[in-house]
Amino acid sequence: MSTTDRPVATRPSAVVPEIEVDPGAFRHLADAQMNVELDTGDMVLNLGPQHPATHGTLRLVVRLDGERVLAADPVIGYMHRGYEKLTEYRPYPQIITLINRIDWLSSFANEVPFVHAAERLMGIEAPPRAVYIRTILTELSRIATFILFLGEMGLQVGAMTPAFFGFRDREHVLNVIEGATGGRFHPNFNRVGGLKDDLPWGWIAECRRTMDIVFKSCDDFEDLLMGNEIFEARTRSIGIIPADVGTSYGVSGSNIRASGVDWDLRRDGDAYLAYRDVDFKVWTHPDGDSYARYWVRLQETRESARMVLQLLDAIPAGPIMAKVPRVIKVPEGECWVETENPLGQMGYYLVSKGSTGPFRTKIRSASFSNVSILPWLLQGVYIPDIITILASLYFILGDIDR
Amino acid sequence: MADETPPEGNGTEAGEVVEAAEGAEGAEVPALGEREQALLDRLAAELGDGVVEHAEACGDLVVRVRPDSWRRAASVARSELDCDYLSFVAGIDWMPAEPFRGAPGGEPSQPSQPSDTAYGAAGSAGRFQVFARVQSTTDHHGVTLKTDVDESDPRAESWVEVYPGADWHERECWEMYGISFDGHPNLRHLYLPSEFQGHPLRKDFPLLAREVKPWPGLVDVEGPAGSDEAAGGDA
Amino acid sequence: MTHLLAVDIGWGWTLAIKTVVVLGLIPLGALILGYTFLLKMMSHMQSRLGPMDPGGFHGWFQLVGDGMKFLQKEDIMPEQADRRVFALAPAVVVISTFLIFVVIPTGPRLVVKDLDVGVFYALAVSSLSIIGVLMAGWASANKFALLGALRAAAQLIAYELPLLLAVVGVVVQAGTMNLNGIVTAQQNGAIFGWDGLGNPYILTQFVGFALFLVAAQAELTQTPFDMPVAESELVSGYMVEYTGFRFLFFFIGEFGTAFAFAALAATLVLGGWALPGVHGGTADLLGPLVLFVKLMAVAFLIFWVRFTYPRLREDQLQAMAWKYLIPIALANILVTGLFKVWL
Repeated sequence: MSTTDRPVATRPSAVVPEIEVDPGAFRHLADAQMNVELDTGDMVLNLGPQHPATHGTLRLVVRLDGERVLAADPVIGYMHRGYEKLTEYRPYPQIITLINRIDWLSSFANEVPFVHAAERLMGIEAPPRAVYIRTILTELSRIATFILFLGEMGLQVGAMTPAFFGFRDREHVLNVIEGATGGRFHPNFNRVGGLKDDLPWGWIAECRRTMDIVFKSCDDFEDLLMGNEIFEARTRSIGIIPADVGTSYGVSGSNIRASGVDWDLRRDGDAYLAYRDVDFKVWTHPDGDSYARYWVRLQETRESARMVLQLLDAIPAGPIMAKVPRVIKVPEGECWVETENPLGQMGYYLVSKGSTGPFRTKIRSASFSNVSILPWLLQGVYIPDIITILASLYFILGDIDR
Repeated sequence: MADETPPEGNGTEAGEVVEAAEGAEGAEVPALGEREQALLDRLAAELGDGVVEHAEACGDLVVRVRPDSWRRAASVARSELDCDYLSFVAGIDWMPAEPFRGAPGGEPSQPSQPSDTAYGAAGSAGRFQVFARVQSTTDHHGVTLKTDVDESDPRAESWVEVYPGADWHERECWEMYGISFDGHPNLRHLYLPSEFQGHPLRKDFPLLAREVKPWPGLVDVEGPAGSDEAAGGDA
Repeated sequence: MTHLLAVDIGWGWTLAIKTVVVLGLIPLGALILGYTFLLKMMSHMQSRLGPMDPGGFHGWFQLVGDGMKFLQKEDIMPEQADRRVFALAPAVVVISTFLIFVVIPTGPRLVVKDLDVGVFYALAVSSLSIIGVLMAGWASANKFALLGALRAAAQLIAYELPLLLAVVGVVVQAGTMNLNGIVTAQQNGAIFGWDGLGNPYILTQFVGFALFLVAAQAELTQTPFDMPVAESELVSGYMVEYTGFRFLFFFIGEFGTAFAFAALAATLVLGGWALPGVHGGTADLLGPLVLFVKLMAVAFLIFWVRFTYPRLREDQLQAMAWKYLIPIALANILVTGLFKVWL
């Protein structure tokens, strides 16, 4: 099956072509021939909203010819919580609680761009120590998210063991996040202008130990899956996203880096957090297939662990909260802040009218755009490849539905 | 500046804030304005009078284009500005929010927005706008494009031909704001059930949960940093 | 054969005992494999905590708990289902498993029916389960189940061939299709004149053994060939609509067949019930135990692979059968035949 020779990016997406054959409409023999050709007894299969491969409530309406996909239409919204509306009814501190729940595997990373947008509009800056702790926790959430992916991907291609390793090793990282923030999934730790608390005593040493576990875990996954012939057979040249198609769909993060686009907002975007002080490599892979996406995430997990170690060494002393007014009022203006989240580009377009809450918050979540390429990507693949592709794109339903 | 600049002069105010913010971070982001000026020049050269107004918001270029240049702006951004990456397409409703039913001036947990109409960066001709952000993955620049949408017949040109990824964004915008997109292949509901009535993100669409039961509000707000406590994880 | 342990107790009693043994053996075997490998080995391999907890010592109670759960569950039948076929399918699957055990010898005289075409029979009845699987998939009125059943049919048919061809080498070497005969041939054989261990055919038929294991893995629809059930794709394939006791039937069928195939492999290449130098009544007494130990060793391999590998795709699975397994099996037969003729 070749996915490279398809027409690029001009196809209108999300359309399930209605193949309706009306025998009366064919008057000529040529038409009748077409009739025979079209009438292959295709079947519509509902993958989801409750299906183990959709990690939540994504529904894929798939039109099948045998095991081959003719058209796929993702149906989303089963988990839509209307966060953009809710933010218009809440003050900034409460919104931080809300946006924790967008991408719930890396909640801390969600908070950062929003808080950052508010801080920029207010013209304040978090103290260096807070910036460093934010960076460390963001990278820790990235590690936690990716370790789960590295295991989960195994489960989706049928190997059970890596999934359990993934959950087991992620637990260590979550424990560290919990140690600092008090929350395993929803830290709600950021405040406009800084952080809620300083790090507890002994946390840095604990975090270093955990990074050793992370490195070992990455080696485990590499041994278990990357070298496995079956895994390669299932993922190589499956679900190829060409770079130009990917970008025009807004695919971001590791998914687009696996297509050879050397673009990481930590390095290339506006300076945010402490990434300018860290020496790190942006991993890319030229292939753009599921294997490349797995490979890139594996390398990025290691890279993040290295970054955490660097940051732990360089963490400055000082306050963790800038001087902010008692009631946070953001001056009039609008601001776009984007960050490189584990799942891709996360951005907030914040429009303020000088009140205690935003006037409009456009939440640009990574998975939404990453998944919007599915109708294009899934044409012509087999059912098992759907699962591989879904798993390798790695989306979180909360991040799609917001 | 365009003729429909609101009396409040909101654009300039936003500019001041930006300058203040830039003062804090200016050392880190050198020569950003220069790059944006170049972007704007190229955009203006291609679109001509299609560019209505421009502004800078938080160091980013915001360009407002005429509605009939909306799709052209996208193709120019893609081909001339190397903005190969579509970040999002979204709508905005500039109508002042209804004042909160409770205490005058609002309570701390319920932000009360100013009741006068003010438009954001680069202004607006009316209540509705569509704005979108495109970026370059090679040169790492980005631009926010805005266009005005007529309130009585809200419609804009679709970007799907230029950026296929605009499909879902425009569907979302359509169901949330009721803005139609000309040239969109199938404008149907994305998030909401197909029988849903109304456009939830419009400012005159009430948040029904608050109508049914007012937010307890004050209970939550304490310290200077607003140390609200989350009611436990729900994942 | 009317003797059981050299005591003539009449054909009626013999038949009754045999029936009870076979009927008891399958669930017992399934339970043993389920407990040992599914619960214990897998838990250790995957760092699972749950199955190691209930009951205190090593989670011994887990299996009982699982069984009780199945018994308590409501028996649900989809409204659109073909009710009779739906109800019959699990039974068909399990019956095919029962039938394999008829010919597997656990001692010189401890065999239910010592058929001359034992190998042929065992492999033939093992493929009966396809019918049950197809029935289940079709009757469930569920697209996932149908896809799973069709996959299962395609896969089981494709892997019948390498399974049979892999065994042919053993049959050629032993010169008989009688399973007891194959065991005896191994027990009385000699390796280059040294008969201390007999001649377990794994030494000469290692290729056949490997092929047999691969094909058996596919016949058992276990990872890496578990597309018919494919948890992450088809949810549970043809079993998706089955609950409670009916599901338990499939479960027993799956693990019982694993038990049977392990026993078959142990008999064919590991010498079955035989220990070197043990004959007669002692062999009858020790036989079941010896076979059980060898069988568990084979089952360990089967389950080890199951818990380690990812799943192939359906087309890759077919390619593997037709492009690799069958040619290798044919070459193996040729080589075995040449040796048989010239040595």
